[in-house]
Amino acid sequence: MSERVELAHNAVGRAVPTMVNGRPQIPFLGVGKYQPRGRKAAPLIYSNKDYPDSGDKRVADLETALRKCGLRDGMVISNHHHLRDGDQVALMALEAAARLGVKDLMWFPSASFPSQKSAIELMEKKVIHHIEGSMNGPLGDYCTQGKMRGMGVLRSHGGRYQAIQDGEVHIDVAVIAAPSADFFGNADGSHGKSACGSLGFALADSTYADRVIVVTDNLVPFPCVPWQIQGNNVDCVVEVESIGDPAKIVSGTTQITRSPDRLRIAELVAQFLRAAGIMKNGFSFQAGAGGIALAFVQYLKQMMKEDGVKARFVRGGSTKFLVELLREGLTDYILDGQTFDLDGVKSMANDARHVATSPFTSYNYHGKGNFASLVDAVVLGATEVDVNFNANVVTHSDGRLLHGIGGWQNCLFSGCSILALPSFRDRIPVIVDEVTTMTGPGEMIDVVVTERGIAINPRRTDLLDAVKGSKLPVRPIHDIQAEVEKICGGKPARPKLGDRPCAVVKWVDGTVLDTVWQVS
Amino acid sequence: MSGAVETSSPRIAEAGHWGKDVRSDVHVIFEARESGGIEISLESRVAPYYGSAILRQAREVLDEIGVKHARVAIHDEGALPFVIAARIEAAARRVGLALGKRSLPEQHPLPAPSPKDRLRRSRLYLPGSEPKYYINAALHGPDAVILDLEDSVHRAEKDAARILVRNTLRAVDFGACERMVRINQLPLGLEDLAEVVGESPDLILIPKVERPEQVTEVDRMIGEIKARNGIIRPIWIMPILESALGIENATTIVTASENVAALTIGLEDYTADLGVVKTTEGRESQYARSRVVNAAHAAGVQAIDSAFGDVADMEALRRWGEASRAAGFEGMGCVHPGQIRVIHEAFAPSAAEVEKAQKVVAAFEEAQSKGLAVVSLGSKMIDPPVVQRALKLVERAKAMGVIS
Repeated sequence: MSERVELAHNAVGRAVPTMVNGRPQIPFLGVGKYQPRGRKAAPLIYSNKDYPDSGDKRVADLETALRKCGLRDGMVISNHHHLRDGDQVALMALEAAARLGVKDLMWFPSASFPSQKSAIELMEKKVIHHIEGSMNGPLGDYCTQGKMRGMGVLRSHGGRYQAIQDGEVHIDVAVIAAPSADFFGNADGSHGKSACGSLGFALADSTYADRVIVVTDNLVPFPCVPWQIQGNNVDCVVEVESIGDPAKIVSGTTQITRSPDRLRIAELVAQFLRAAGIMKNGFSFQAGAGGIALAFVQYLKQMMKEDGVKARFVRGGSTKFLVELLREGLTDYILDGQTFDLDGVKSMANDARHVATSPFTSYNYHGKGNFASLVDAVVLGATEVDVNFNANVVTHSDGRLLHGIGGWQNCLFSGCSILALPSFRDRIPVIVDEVTTMTGPGEMIDVVVTERGIAINPRRTDLLDAVKGSKLPVRPIHDIQAEVEKICGGKPARPKLGDRPCAVVKWVDGTVLDTVWQVS
Repeated sequence: MSGAVETSSPRIAEAGHWGKDVRSDVHVIFEARESGGIEISLESRVAPYYGSAILRQAREVLDEIGVKHARVAIHDEGALPFVIAARIEAAARRVGLALGKRSLPEQHPLPAPSPKDRLRRSRLYLPGSEPKYYINAALHGPDAVILDLEDSVHRAEKDAARILVRNTLRAVDFGACERMVRINQLPLGLEDLAEVVGESPDLILIPKVERPEQVTEVDRMIGEIKARNGIIRPIWIMPILESALGIENATTIVTASENVAALTIGLEDYTADLGVVKTTEGRESQYARSRVVNAAHAAGVQAIDSAFGDVADMEALRRWGEASRAAGFEGMGCVHPGQIRVIHEAFAPSAAEVEKAQKVVAAFEEAQSKGLAVVSLGSKMIDPPVVQRALKLVERAKAMGVIS
């Protein structure tokens, strides 16, 4: 990373590198402006003659499996993050690679978590060259301090699928943690002591990687059903004592916020959906597992009951609050990308209306459509939003990398994208003149709901008209910004960022939307 | 962590709070010096955004309170400017400086003066040492906020809290809320008045009132400060009766001053005084509460009920509120924003009540227009008190937004 990085200005005026980790990049051209060409990537052709007729692909341990799969210096090794902060498999695989003496790997997780902070030591020891995937907490700090040898690449869940499918990232070896699996490699996420619900994030890895290793702590006799991961794509199966810490894989109980200010935001969001006529029979919505989003679901549920309204489907991240909607007949389906609590896991295991999805079905932009644009409304968070409705979810206002993109960018394609945010945190205004890191272009963000009022993107005249005459506190975004700046004692100073790129933010089509700069 | 000052002033004192769980506050260590000018150190979680603003403000505050030489260590947890000013001033006073001087934050325009009989269904308690609750309090829509200097403030923090409350009255936008302050028991409460009355609170609550002289003393001091500061808007008084003696003297207390706008009761202390257990049904305080209602109405002022402490049990709160309204109270205290809506619903007249009252009012207006002394509705004659009650109920229902 000592060489000079060429920069270009993209369609939203952000300076972005033209080359990232040795690959040429296309600067963001605008939403829907980039036309991909060519054919999708594909794995090698394999033959049954090289796999046992008995179907038994078990090997003794991960080291053996990695050796068998031909892991070498400079390869790409991937993991999924369905076990969240409880995952033990990713580090197990990376440490096994270290013991094999392999160097300069590109680690390609669908997301990383604070419990994986020892990946830093593996970077120091040169086992890992760099990470492409969300980095938060200690890994994010390591990256924004400029210590990583390669550049970080942040992609949405859909963007990760797109990058694999389009051949931007070729996975050499995928290591897939499986709460249940059989010896053939069929794997399922919603049964077993380490159950996590869906395994959708591993779908691309299992279909496009050259070699696939399934690691399980719950080996069941063939067939392991439902087989979200198909053994026909799997090279080796490794049985281990434990793939993760169940207490950290799913939370026993997901908590609704108790902060009166956040509850107010949640209620305003629900009232907005009702007033705008979005909450009507057959509608759909998505809300995450954050405190405000969970509270929003509870308020909306009450209003749906009062008005006799039923949803056709809701999108998970599922929690017990969505499961209750399903059980009480307030939605026909849960289409679930990841499962956050025990109630969600049990529901997916036992209820056919609770359907596991993958980034292919719900988020991939280089396909023949996806579910995200079918959702009527989505409730999201952000670290900052600017007066042009551009938003940041990856960095803090001081430039430090704090969060991954997750499905956030993909969700912006819904009929009404709503950011639900406190108007300031610790004296730091959330509505700024210009976001530190552009993660979503303002044209995709329709409504910002704060405790001090609701700002509707002026582009959405239909929404402005729909809530005209309601009692909702609809205000121009500049008004809310000015009020908060008055409270906070003026505009915040803008922290000085470095001039060396340490990570890039990709848009859903693989073009480069913005740069994360080294923090001095 | 913090500490107030004993008699002779030390060279070093602290004010405010810091720590992992502290938000929107600031801790100041103030060291008085004989020479060497001002030396300020700052540690702040918002340093990249407001670090230089905080340093600039600290110098301005020190200048305003006449401090020429001092070492000031500021540990900020995202405090807003009016809090920073209050904490620096409090620390300086604790070393015996800044006497007779104040550093007042920018004045937010005062709300319209409070009518004596305004709607007082809910008053939200805000502890006088916890600035994080202030800025968004009005968003939750209580009829009043009450900045508390009494029970929620530790004895050692009284001096700092009254400076903070003074700055809050001046700088924080409480929207349409009536701005109340609960002072301490006398004589400490008089020091509170000296600090806060100049910022035109709308109402002062006096705790543990047992004799009418306590009300007249507060009333006189408010009057003096108002005159000195040229304040002409009203500052109402709400005595809190919290003992058997106070309840017995309800009538003379509530009539002690024209400025008494409401009378209320504090049940924690009252039940303790009686040595009985406070229950959610409240049978043990039935007499006392009835006496408060009666004394208040005899004096033509509002009777306001105690706060309800169990913030988790909304159904018990609703029952309490409904019973309270039925007994003649016009509002109650709340200790959490989540209680406000339930209280407003409990104190709202039912649709049937409103409808009946509107019919009575219509009949009354018709009789007036025809010059008839007797109001009748259908075949029934309506007594004048019924008409009066209906008129008041319709007016209140409008104020509550129940009808337009």
